[in-house]
Amino acid sequence: MNAQTTFRVERWTAASRTAIAVVIALAVIAAIAPFWLGPGAMDRLTILFVYIILAVMWNALAGYAGLVSVGQQLFVGLGAYFTIKLADWGVNPFVGMVGAAIIVGVIAVPLSFPMLRLRGGEFAIGMWVVSEMAHLLVNLDPLVRGETGTSLISLNAFDAPLRRNLIYWLALAALLVLLGGLFMLLRSRVGAAIQAIRDNEEAAASVGVRVTSTKRMIFIFTAVGVAMAGALWLATALTFQPKAYFSVQWTAYMIFMVLVGGIGTFEGAILGAVIFFAIETWFGATGVWYLVGLGATALIFALLLPRGIWGEIERRTGLRLLPVGYRLEFKLPGAEP
Amino acid sequence: MSLLAVTSLNLHHGLLHAVRDLSLDVSEGEIVALVGANGAGKTTLLRAIAGAHRPSSGSISFGGVDITRLPAHRRVNMGIALVPEGRRLFTQMTVEENLLLGRMSGRIGNWTVDKVLETFPNLAARRSARAGTLSGGEQQATAIGRALMSNPSLLLLDELSLGLSPIAVDRLYESLRTLMQSGTTIVLVEQDLGRAMQVATRIVCMLEGRVVLEAPAANLAREQVTEAYFGLAPHRVPA
Amino acid sequence: MINTIVQGLLLGGYYALIAAGLSFMFSVMRIINLAHGSLAVLAAYLLLVLAQNYHLSPFVGLIIVLPLMAVIGFLLQRFILDRAMQAGQLVPILATFGLAIVIDNVLFELFGANTRSLSNFIGSLSYDSIALPGDIYVGELAVGTFVLAIVVLGGLQLFLSFTRYGRAIRATAEDPDTAGLVGINPRMATAVASAIALFTVGLAGAALGMRGTFDAYAGASQLLFAFEAAVIGGAGSVWGTLIGGIVLALAQTFGAKVSPLGFLLAGHGVFLVVLFVRVWLAGGVRAFLRRPA
Repeated sequence: MNAQTTFRVERWTAASRTAIAVVIALAVIAAIAPFWLGPGAMDRLTILFVYIILAVMWNALAGYAGLVSVGQQLFVGLGAYFTIKLADWGVNPFVGMVGAAIIVGVIAVPLSFPMLRLRGGEFAIGMWVVSEMAHLLVNLDPLVRGETGTSLISLNAFDAPLRRNLIYWLALAALLVLLGGLFMLLRSRVGAAIQAIRDNEEAAASVGVRVTSTKRMIFIFTAVGVAMAGALWLATALTFQPKAYFSVQWTAYMIFMVLVGGIGTFEGAILGAVIFFAIETWFGATGVWYLVGLGATALIFALLLPRGIWGEIERRTGLRLLPVGYRLEFKLPGAEP
Repeated sequence: MSLLAVTSLNLHHGLLHAVRDLSLDVSEGEIVALVGANGAGKTTLLRAIAGAHRPSSGSISFGGVDITRLPAHRRVNMGIALVPEGRRLFTQMTVEENLLLGRMSGRIGNWTVDKVLETFPNLAARRSARAGTLSGGEQQATAIGRALMSNPSLLLLDELSLGLSPIAVDRLYESLRTLMQSGTTIVLVEQDLGRAMQVATRIVCMLEGRVVLEAPAANLAREQVTEAYFGLAPHRVPA
Repeated sequence: MINTIVQGLLLGGYYALIAAGLSFMFSVMRIINLAHGSLAVLAAYLLLVLAQNYHLSPFVGLIIVLPLMAVIGFLLQRFILDRAMQAGQLVPILATFGLAIVIDNVLFELFGANTRSLSNFIGSLSYDSIALPGDIYVGELAVGTFVLAIVVLGGLQLFLSFTRYGRAIRATAEDPDTAGLVGINPRMATAVASAIALFTVGLAGAALGMRGTFDAYAGASQLLFAFEAAVIGGAGSVWGTLIGGIVLALAQTFGAKVSPLGFLLAGHGVFLVVLFVRVWLAGGVRAFLRRPA
């Protein structure tokens, strides 16, 4: 390389341009779907959106911030719980869902201070313990009536087709806002910080990356996202039984989706959610063997394919659909342009 | 009769080619000093012989047996013991426990904890001290003692003088004198050229992963080694 | 009041027993085995099967189950945990979590949703008491568990400190690379450590089954208790585990007196408080409420 070499910093590749175009097209199609999809399909799509949100959020926490949490069900439960509370206070249920997610985000701020000081397994199980405590405390609220639970009754004020459409659109909107927000975050300076932390925390800190505040940002962001997912789940299920929402099963699903899809990659989390959704649609009814299969698959992937399916694809082909990185393009003197 | 035979060995650290197509024979009873600048590949070579570094290609045989694929702990069993660069003691364990660990390989021989403490008298008082609390010289002595406890037939010493005061180094070499005269085969990496030429029977000088000079110590003048060390006269002196 | 303390102490013995294996595994391999609780439940079910179908008292059943658990530990380390450890810090957590799910649900498939117990098979031991001065009654089983916990913890400590293999395991824990250079087979050392850990898990499973009830999904709560006890006492310290178990149990027992939910709330609460205090002490107040790094 000499002084005559010029280079350009590129953010987009042909593949990523295509991918973004496809994503936008899909979003538009999805938005107008209620006009031609049946109720069953819309319910399923809503659930798919919820799964994608959960996968991307858990991936952001574990894959980007390096924080493996076995307690994200804390936010699922709290998101649903506060939706119920707000509805009980007369707030419109849809506004309440978003409000609940924001409340959970606010709670996540003071929670992050002690929790982020924990490492590895202590953080993982620490979050689980906090989730168990939240479960117990929620049970104390007379509104919830212990494990019997209660329902999001105010949703019944809307007639069924409208309710379904509104829930669908809210889920789609949440999905696009959360994923879009995360995407923009990754493309920004914070994103570079995140990827630096992911690759080597100490090295990142030594070049001035604000590790803890970056992690905090991700912690709070993912809390909001997971809470939103919990609220949306409540909207589709209508009933709130604390045991179902504070169950560690949620973490199991999130771990499965991210491990299979690809930890640390945006595309991988989405892929994992889609795969999980497909498996659940076909096998969910087979009962307990389904769960055994999930656990076994997660175990096998953790041991043999730790990068997940997308991770392997990315490694072998270098394919990157979502342009969150930078590329350097060289033009050597005398070379063809 | 060759105790250790290294043939066309290639070692990498990731993309870095640390040892290039290196061949080396060590006969029983020899004391071979590996000298060379930092980064010449000496430590990597020793670690490969001990089994801590996988060769990319080439072979290592010990006592006629091909050990290239053998894991480190099995090589200790066969009689190779490495005193690693930087000592690498188990700092949470006492001196005595570190020494006793040397016996894990189960080889039979003369070395006992008492004999080690005799050889390195400054350790005797520190027998029950945690290894992490020892001085540099004491740590080095413990590390050597630990290797000796496995009753090796080939002792590999990596950078004994690293981080030690000259007096401490003197003391170490003094303690090792009997060992070195007893006929144990030794390969040592030593930065101090004068010291190396004093104790070794053969000098091997490495530069950027290759052997650039190899001859009995008696036949060499210090200047020849220095030239080879810095790559000024890269040719082999006939044995 | 005294009675509460005594009952709490004895419960602490159980927690120390189940935490011992988890703590041991963590101090040797830096792995937190999320399948720990599920494995204890597995042991309890194995003893149940032997008792129900072959009429073997659980104490006799242990003769079969304990070596079996040790073998399971050995294989677990060789085939799953060794690989997981190589892949990085996060992977063992994920892998053992997946394993826990597999074990829990297979147990559910095999044994159904009913809660079980081994107390039917140990005769009067399940309710016999010893009278202590001051009108306090302590269950024979609870005392036995407490004593067993001390024996196990003491045994582990002696093993690590004074035996050849114990030293080898400690060395491997500190520096597996150099351990190999000294003649220790690091894979064998970790596998033996896992075998020992699961041996204790087998004992804990027996205690769990005898003192109360269990079901296929009981593993999760047992894992949490074991983890909390281990962390309160200082993860990796053998006697700390006993203290941790006792502190946890005392918190729970006193909490239960306040409200039915108090049992769990107080236990979890104490755990979190100890965890945060320890982190705070390690870094000072400023670090605790650290300004963005």
